[in-house]
Amino acid sequence: MARAFTPKVITANDLLEGDVIYFTADDTWTRHMAEAELITDEAVAPLRLLEAEKQNISIVGAYLADAKAGPNGPEPTHFREEFRRTGPSNYFHGKQEAEANV
Amino acid sequence: MYKYNEFDEAFLAERNAQFRAQVERRIDGSLTEEEFRPLRLMNGVYLQLHAYMLRVAIPYGTLNPDQMRALALLAEKWDRGYGHFTTRQNIQYNWPKLRDLPDMLDALGEVGLHAIQTSGNTIRNTTADHFAGAAAEEVTDPRPYAELIRQWSTDHPEFQFLGRKFKIAITGSDTDRAVIKAHDVGLQVVEQDGQIGFKVIVGGGLGRTPMIGKTLREFLPQADLLPYLEAVLTVYNVLGRRDNKYKARIKITVSENGIDTYRAMTEEAFLTIRGQYDGTDQELLEEIKAHFTAPEFRSGSTEAFDTAYENDPVFRAWADTNLDQHRAEGHAIATISIKAHGATPGDASAEQIRVMADLAEQYGYGELRISHQQNVILPHVHKSDLPAIHAKLKQHGLATANLGLISDIIACPGMDYCNLATARSIPVAQEIATRFDELKLEHDIGHLQIKISGCINACGHHHVGHIGILGLDRAGVENYQITLGGDASENAAIGTRTGPGFAYDEIVPAVERIVDTYLAIREHAEETFIETYRRVGMDPFKAALYPEAAKKVA
Repeated sequence: MARAFTPKVITANDLLEGDVIYFTADDTWTRHMAEAELITDEAVAPLRLLEAEKQNISIVGAYLADAKAGPNGPEPTHFREEFRRTGPSNYFHGKQEAEANV
Repeated sequence: MYKYNEFDEAFLAERNAQFRAQVERRIDGSLTEEEFRPLRLMNGVYLQLHAYMLRVAIPYGTLNPDQMRALALLAEKWDRGYGHFTTRQNIQYNWPKLRDLPDMLDALGEVGLHAIQTSGNTIRNTTADHFAGAAAEEVTDPRPYAELIRQWSTDHPEFQFLGRKFKIAITGSDTDRAVIKAHDVGLQVVEQDGQIGFKVIVGGGLGRTPMIGKTLREFLPQADLLPYLEAVLTVYNVLGRRDNKYKARIKITVSENGIDTYRAMTEEAFLTIRGQYDGTDQELLEEIKAHFTAPEFRSGSTEAFDTAYENDPVFRAWADTNLDQHRAEGHAIATISIKAHGATPGDASAEQIRVMADLAEQYGYGELRISHQQNVILPHVHKSDLPAIHAKLKQHGLATANLGLISDIIACPGMDYCNLATARSIPVAQEIATRFDELKLEHDIGHLQIKISGCINACGHHHVGHIGILGLDRAGVENYQITLGGDASENAAIGTRTGPGFAYDEIVPAVERIVDTYLAIREHAEETFIETYRRVGMDPFKAALYPEAAKKVA
């Protein structure tokens, strides 16, 4: 039996700011992973990535990252993506700081 | 210290203007990321996990106070108020914005600094002994040669697209503080029959396949430096593999072809290339040397030092660990630890950077050094000024007395910042330092170097740490392998793996068990960790790390 498909989100870095961004269901970019489109269909994933890459003029390095559904939206399954959506652990910089200032 | 001439200034201004235009063309869409990426990398601009990163070269680890202040300015004006000194005598800014980068490079250019060739498959910043020009046992100051190499290698058309990056390190002392045996080319200035020349070591390196460099030439006359290096690079360009990134470094080329073949081919190429040099490089070298004339060291009483040393135990502890012998009478080399217990190794705030610049200006003959061990050095200090320097350092959290001790840890940025990392290294360093500070064991343990890398590429030099720690991703969880017995000195050695790795919350206790074992089995308090390890080998440490396995065998 084929292995079950792990759901994905599309993530990249913003060209000007350099920070982590996520692709939404309506083809825009958000800074919050919870607002990203969770792609559950394996056949759809590469097509959505192509759609995201159309915006390469303002983003860098889009890729499909493993994710899972959470109570408030998609969540990471790997610690690397957890750091990307949070920020470094030695200073309160990056996304965690931005969230705190909302 | 080297001062840019008109040519240098014009070259850098032109280069920065080119980069500014490249950034504009990327933003307006004229350049794709694929086109822009190599251009930004050539100028030290990476895209990391959370943001862009700018890596600025500190040539041979030397800075003047104005340059140091410019580093503080960048941190404050365009970044998050701090800079991170790296294991290759660079400084990295972790949070710049794309539009600001050209301004940052211009600000650096004003004080004669740049980020050229701090990335890419080219000749990187030539690193040097951080005590160069000050160490008591030095043959001669190696920095003029490093500056000559910088000028020769910068934008050298033949070496902009090598098979892989290429790192050169140089020292003028028998005591190796520059890890020359773990570089693509290591140079040691030596004297033979009254002539200055170099011992040339090739094919060292850490990373995925760690190797200790081999001697290519026992004695290379000073005048032959550039043609010989050019020959080494030419052979590498021809012989080096380009089919596999992991086999592309010169260490693999030398190991696959044999040092004798590599030497024969280098010597043959050298004969041709030497003829193309007409002595201009030697005239240039003489000009450069004039910039590195030692300061006029003052004389005077060191009574203030002696009094403070006798009466102030805090000063005495700092003096005992952080000072080294200077070549001039009444002077010392003072290392400023930027590794306060629990802080990020190598990070300094803009304020701290300015304080160190001011101290260098007021007391240090206007010189600063950055070490690959991620500390800052005042290479020339009259001993009578040390109490005042120490008092100022204390006010700014810079007086930690831990040089060469267990909390003086080298750590790469790891997964807190780096795109390549497989695990974090900074918090591991922070926790080890905090733990041994709480135990108050640090000075009892004595000389012990811990080096931590967050991936196989080994920027944290874990292979040559007395205790090396390598962070890996094992099935989606951080896991840390330990090596013991590595050595970054002139007795360079690659450490040996203890066995299976440890989870994130097990790594600090594991280090503690290693240290407890050492304390229990050392013959006397003066026997250092590495000496004990060499005497007893791996077994007692293994038994302490893996008690379950030991039980099974019994």
